[in-house]
Amino acid sequence: MPTDVGDIEQISEKDRERLALTGLEVGMQNRCGSFFQIDQDVIQTTCGAEGVEMLPIKAALEKYDWVKDYYWNAVSKDKDKYTQYLAKQENPQGLVVIAREGVKVEMPLQACLFLRDEPVQHVHNIFIAQEGSEINIISGCASSWQKEHGAHIGVTEIYVGKGAKVTSTMIHNWNPGISVFPRSATVVEEDGTFLSNYVCMQPVRQINMYPTARLIGKNAVARFSSIVVATPGSTLDLGSRTILAAENTSTELVTRAITTGGTIISRGHILGEKDNTRGHIECKGLILKDGIIHAIPEIEGTLTGTELSHEAAVGKIARNEIEYLMARGLSEEEATATIIRGFLDVKISGLPAVLQTQIDAAIDKAESGF
Amino acid sequence: MLDISDLHVEVDGIEKLHDINLHIGQGETHILMGPNGSGKSTLLKAVMGFGGYKITSGSIVFKGKEIIGMPIHERAHLGIGMMFQHPPTISGLKLGKLLAATSHLGSDAIEALAQSVNMEKFLTRDTNVGFSGGEIKRSEVLQLKVQQPDFLMLDEPESGVDLENMNLMGKEIAGLLEKDVHIVNRRKSGLIITHTGYILDYLEADQGHVLIDGRIRCHGNPREILRAVKDKGYGECLRCQQM
Repeated sequence: MPTDVGDIEQISEKDRERLALTGLEVGMQNRCGSFFQIDQDVIQTTCGAEGVEMLPIKAALEKYDWVKDYYWNAVSKDKDKYTQYLAKQENPQGLVVIAREGVKVEMPLQACLFLRDEPVQHVHNIFIAQEGSEINIISGCASSWQKEHGAHIGVTEIYVGKGAKVTSTMIHNWNPGISVFPRSATVVEEDGTFLSNYVCMQPVRQINMYPTARLIGKNAVARFSSIVVATPGSTLDLGSRTILAAENTSTELVTRAITTGGTIISRGHILGEKDNTRGHIECKGLILKDGIIHAIPEIEGTLTGTELSHEAAVGKIARNEIEYLMARGLSEEEATATIIRGFLDVKISGLPAVLQTQIDAAIDKAESGF
Repeated sequence: MLDISDLHVEVDGIEKLHDINLHIGQGETHILMGPNGSGKSTLLKAVMGFGGYKITSGSIVFKGKEIIGMPIHERAHLGIGMMFQHPPTISGLKLGKLLAATSHLGSDAIEALAQSVNMEKFLTRDTNVGFSGGEIKRSEVLQLKVQQPDFLMLDEPESGVDLENMNLMGKEIAGLLEKDVHIVNRRKSGLIITHTGYILDYLEADQGHVLIDGRIRCHGNPREILRAVKDKGYGECLRCQQM
């Protein structure tokens, strides 16, 4: 079995708490592999799951010639200035996960990206799930409690092979002066399933991302779920996109957004371009204090055999819902918190209990601030 | 238990209830009848303390305390409970979680109560979302069984309920009102809005009242009032100068 997170001693108690909220388990009771990068230094890579490899990206590119076929493949180097910046790096850092054919591991692997001393952290991750394999990856991204300014730029390329399943859960815990630019793309082959969960409930300067899943094989499925809170001063420009590029593929993009004074732009785009494809976008936003929630769902079909829909709702908590719970004995504050808890309760089918626990913990922590 | 005196209530600046006087003693159940729009639900909501129901004069005394101005949840703590005719749907909030949040009962006790009204499968469903008419009423009864109020206000418990559910509802409501307890020891009181009077097949009521155009036009024996309304309609109540 893997050992504890190496060099954890060099991280302060306060920062360890911050990291724990992003899913990092120092003791690794519920993790079968771990990757830990502080700024540009990889301080730990360990994996105890048979048939699954975790490697720093440089080591992976050196060890396996074929990994280069996955490097800058799903994401284009020239996508924007952030990918260009990353492509220029002579010393790329990040994590490569390889799940071998047929290997199924329910216990999550953890990847922790911690911004502490450097102005910019850049990472390039590649997750490869070969035919019939199943893996869960929980990525925790955080900045040190004393970090006032900085940026995190990350590219993640995910390849879900034939009949494979990848669950990727990302939890962010930044500071009010940090800017974050993830650039992610996933390719899903026949009968493959991709579940992406994203949670960000703590202050940040800005996050800008628009991960895309391209379903290229029949019966492939992608589901994106996001739970986000924008505090005053935070701007979250978030989206998710699925391209239904093969017959019988389907997707669902679900967002729960709350503003307590910040700005959330919730984008979504589904392109149905093959027969028997289905897609749905659902965005629900709660404005608890004056702020902005701007939902921009786009559904685009190019033939008769695609069925796409969206629903979006933005508003405050309905007064009659609060009064209903008050009539059962809850105070106004308790009623409001109970309704918010329900609002954020997006149970994701197929999600391992440990990941759900992690998401619930992040929600509980944020809730105390409402 | 409940004393309403000279009560006037406004909704959106328009007076909806005029000079209401009602006394409900401990252990008593009263029936409130009246045509649609006469103000029956308004009276219940004003007693519960909902926003939008402005009391311009009069008093509502519950267990010896003036409750006008008291927040809704304090009225609930004092022992007032309400069965809603059209409860809101609360997306995401599981019924089981609602019951746990509003009581000190453990999950086993909640499960047992849910089973008693055939609602155990609904504990993991979003509260009232997609519930049928009968399911909504059973959900309301379940919430009241958890809450155990001393004074129950039931807003049309029969509406939208099929015969089988009506049987269950009638028995459960009788239980909530301690109809099985000897009249001397009965502590629970109730005020039930009914159009059909079906609820009287399951429990005895002590008094009936007819509310028309925001005024109580008649007090009396509930079964006699029901029969009179069935035979002659509410028009007769308007012509009646008894009060």
